[in-house]
Amino acid sequence: MSTQATQVAQRSRLLAWLDERFGTGSVEEFIRHKTVPQHRHSLWYYFGGMTLFLFTIQVLTGILLLLYYRPTPNDAFESVQYIMTQVRFGWLIRSVHSWSANLMIFAVFVHMFSVFFLKAYRKPRELTWISGMLLLFIVLGFGFSGYLLPWNTLAFFATKVGTEMAGSIPFIGKWILIFLRGGEEVTGATLTRFFGFHVAVLPGLATVLLATHLLLVQHLGMSVPPGVERRIAEGKEPARSMPFFPTFLLHDLMGWYAALGVLGALAAIFPWELGTKADAFASAPAGIRPEWYFVFMFQTLKFLPPKILFLEGEFAGLLGFGLAAAVWIAVPFIDRRAGFGRVSRFFTGLGVFALGYIAVMSALAYWH
Amino acid sequence: MPNLDPAQTDSPARGRRWANLLLGGGVLASIGSFLYPALRYIIPPAVAESTSRSVIAAKAGELKPNTGKIFKFGSKPGILIRTREGGYKAFSAVCTHLNCTVQYRDDTRQIWCACHNGTYDLEGRNVSGPPPRPLEEFTVNVQGEDIVVARKA
Amino acid sequence: MKLCPTVVFAGHAECSTISVPSQSGVCYDHRRRIDDCRLTIDDWKRRVGKPRGPLNGPSTILNMPFFQSSIVNRQSSILLSGQWSGYHWPRTALPLLFTLLFAAAPGWTATKDSCATCHATLDGDLAQPAKAFDADIHHQAGLSCADCHGGNPNDDSMDAMSPARGFRGVPKRNQIPEFCARCHADENYIRGFNPKLRTDQLSQYVTSVHGKRLKQGDVKVATCIDCHSVHNIFAVADTRAPVYPTNVASTCARCHADSHTMEGYKIPTDQVAKYQKSVHAQVLAQGDTSAPTCTTCHGNHGATPPGLSSVANVCGTCHVFFAQLFDKSPHKAAFASMGLPGCVQCHSNHEIVHPVDDWVGVGEKAVCVNCHAQGDKGYVAAQTMSEDLAKLKDSYHRAEDVLNQAERSGMEVSSAKLELGDANEDLIKARVNVHAFRAEAVEKLTDQGVGISQKAEQAGVLALKERDARRKGLGLSLIFIVAAIAGLYLKVRDIESRPQS
Repeated sequence: MSTQATQVAQRSRLLAWLDERFGTGSVEEFIRHKTVPQHRHSLWYYFGGMTLFLFTIQVLTGILLLLYYRPTPNDAFESVQYIMTQVRFGWLIRSVHSWSANLMIFAVFVHMFSVFFLKAYRKPRELTWISGMLLLFIVLGFGFSGYLLPWNTLAFFATKVGTEMAGSIPFIGKWILIFLRGGEEVTGATLTRFFGFHVAVLPGLATVLLATHLLLVQHLGMSVPPGVERRIAEGKEPARSMPFFPTFLLHDLMGWYAALGVLGALAAIFPWELGTKADAFASAPAGIRPEWYFVFMFQTLKFLPPKILFLEGEFAGLLGFGLAAAVWIAVPFIDRRAGFGRVSRFFTGLGVFALGYIAVMSALAYWH
Repeated sequence: MPNLDPAQTDSPARGRRWANLLLGGGVLASIGSFLYPALRYIIPPAVAESTSRSVIAAKAGELKPNTGKIFKFGSKPGILIRTREGGYKAFSAVCTHLNCTVQYRDDTRQIWCACHNGTYDLEGRNVSGPPPRPLEEFTVNVQGEDIVVARKA
Repeated sequence: MKLCPTVVFAGHAECSTISVPSQSGVCYDHRRRIDDCRLTIDDWKRRVGKPRGPLNGPSTILNMPFFQSSIVNRQSSILLSGQWSGYHWPRTALPLLFTLLFAAAPGWTATKDSCATCHATLDGDLAQPAKAFDADIHHQAGLSCADCHGGNPNDDSMDAMSPARGFRGVPKRNQIPEFCARCHADENYIRGFNPKLRTDQLSQYVTSVHGKRLKQGDVKVATCIDCHSVHNIFAVADTRAPVYPTNVASTCARCHADSHTMEGYKIPTDQVAKYQKSVHAQVLAQGDTSAPTCTTCHGNHGATPPGLSSVANVCGTCHVFFAQLFDKSPHKAAFASMGLPGCVQCHSNHEIVHPVDDWVGVGEKAVCVNCHAQGDKGYVAAQTMSEDLAKLKDSYHRAEDVLNQAERSGMEVSSAKLELGDANEDLIKARVNVHAFRAEAVEKLTDQGVGISQKAEQAGVLALKERDARRKGLGLSLIFIVAAIAGLYLKVRDIESRPQS
């Protein structure tokens, strides 16, 4: 049709204009030829995009919240209360921000474990894995710092306990504690710091890492699991793929829309609670516990005896988690077998163990 | 897009039109339903923001010596008292007995709860009647024309 | 350590002019002073050993100008100059004097006490006082056995307990009040220990039922020691004391709940059991020591049940409002004419439980119908008051339910809840005003409370409407989202069905 032909012509004129100035032609070319492998594990490819989408929602709703939020101990709680009660749709923005944060952390974990089990970290994607792990820590940092910002009792004490743990590290623990809290105690100074981390430091780091992560993904393409690769090599399965644009992106969009629906429903039916304003002199409320994604660590520390060998129990626990995290990050370098495209049952077992451990510990914590 | 000619195959083309309509309409409407709350959110509400950590309880000169005043402190009432000597004192006005609102008695110069005749002295201590605990005391600062009451940090 | 100015005591030559350092900073009287004095001399002897020069025996010591000094503060200058009133100290005496002054000081409390030494070696009852006395407040204040029982605690022989030495022995039960009062009614003496301690216990006691009966020869009644115990007496503020507020009821119960002991007195033995069920006992158990116990209403040393006419006064000391309202109410005159006690008529005396609204009115649990019958004015008033209270409670709870429901659905209704608090306050005040026994007094408050409740309920209903509006908005938005997803799905299927170009 003529109108469509004009549209196409206009579109290419615009692209040409942009290409002249930005060199977008290569990008367009790249996107046109980008494909996503298609096999029985393809579903897991969507969780990276889902995380990215939820992160975008966080950025947008976070910016909106900044219009009214005030990060001082006198005003923080009141300003969130104001957002929840007085500002039109404030309840929606804040609830979506809180719910989306939780869904994002869930999506990040799913993404990370799927990559782990599908051995997508193996050569040459070591850096993708490392940048992803760092992003995971940053996301957890977002969660931890954001939790305190409404300055309610539960968050106040959870932060107190959380930062206290850092203090159990020998030699530098005290310093870390003071760095995190902005003093000996959780006070207004802590709130100011956490706000700074939450809206400036972490977003900055996240942007750089995210850019690296995405560039690496584009550069290296999606990893095909070794099992699938072998089957293709053995001729048991054809090597299928779908174009990234538009098919994969449209699939992505469907998932994102579904997520939006879920977020809206959660926000409207279960608006995020506000709790009561933090009072440093009140006694800690019963059953304080960190956000669910920290619960497995919290529960582990609870089970540890006060003294392990010559170490403080709590520090030993943290040391354990630190080492586990280090090993986890270094997995692409340790897991040689996967690097050569062979089966590495040990690391699959390790992943199952980690997943099981997190599940059991969390379940135990919520059981009581 | 060469395959968009409806004359070629009639029914898939109609289906495609439907799909495009559904997609375009759905996307537009849903974006509208996302933008509407966001735009409404950006417009600040008429009600000014208030804080409960500190509050302007009165204006200077509003209270004569030996009088008291109830003010809203967050979600609970507070009581501001101007003593006979002209100083200010502020407490939570929630009686520690059954949560009634206390008042200042200029005759006895005490804080008094009308529900069960509980009395507190001007330090907030429960001196007679059923109250089991003293009243929470707030700090009072005179800032220019404003008498600012704040929770003790 | 303060030094007491010299006090001269007649009849005790050794002690006549001595300055006694006292650790407690209190100048003891006569009885105490002798002991301190003896200690000084004994201690002196022991520490100095074989005295040289002029230091050779108590009489010499006491004749020394140093000990005759009446202004103690000058001692230091004596020591430094080594000279006093022209008397020349031998140089060797200087260190000795330091020894005396400083080393002897801690020895003051370690008074020799042959009573305790000897009784501790005895069996059973005779040993008990010596053992228990350590923690006793009297021992803590520096008193010894002899201060109550007389005798000479420095004498190791049985002579110590001869009446000639002032030994008073164990008082008979009917002598106990006077035995204790020897000191406790002596204002000057008591002031030396605790200026706030009262000295009217004996004069009160003789007016009490216990005191009167004791005078009549009934030695079963309580005397000082039955409540305060004997040799392990603690201060009233000491939680171990049987007279500490939380212990009073069980202390009284030791006799008053024992049907055997109370046999012949024609009074019930269930008061304490009933009291334990009362709201007063509950509050006391929760740690509010100002909550009433037996002695709060009955008095302690002058323990007597309050008379019929004074019941309202007794309750009114704490429940001021109720007493005032009752005094102005029609019940005041009516009760008096019928010889009925005030408050306890409805609230009972010992088993004062938390009142409930059902007591007001004409229902099954109502106390009003004990006197009022259908047709009289009081019956109508009771019915009206009960209905008004119910009306307010009903509208309050309705508002509360709506607000809670709104809160559970995530709506912010804290300001409406705050306002609803005023309705609760009106309910509390209305319950107080029941004691005016006039329906108007209650109605005024309940009407006000109902108005407040209705406003709060309105706010709750609005919040619920807002919640529904949110859900409708969500529904609409979800329709759009589903449409978009469906469109996407169809589009994807369309693209996938097309041959790859």
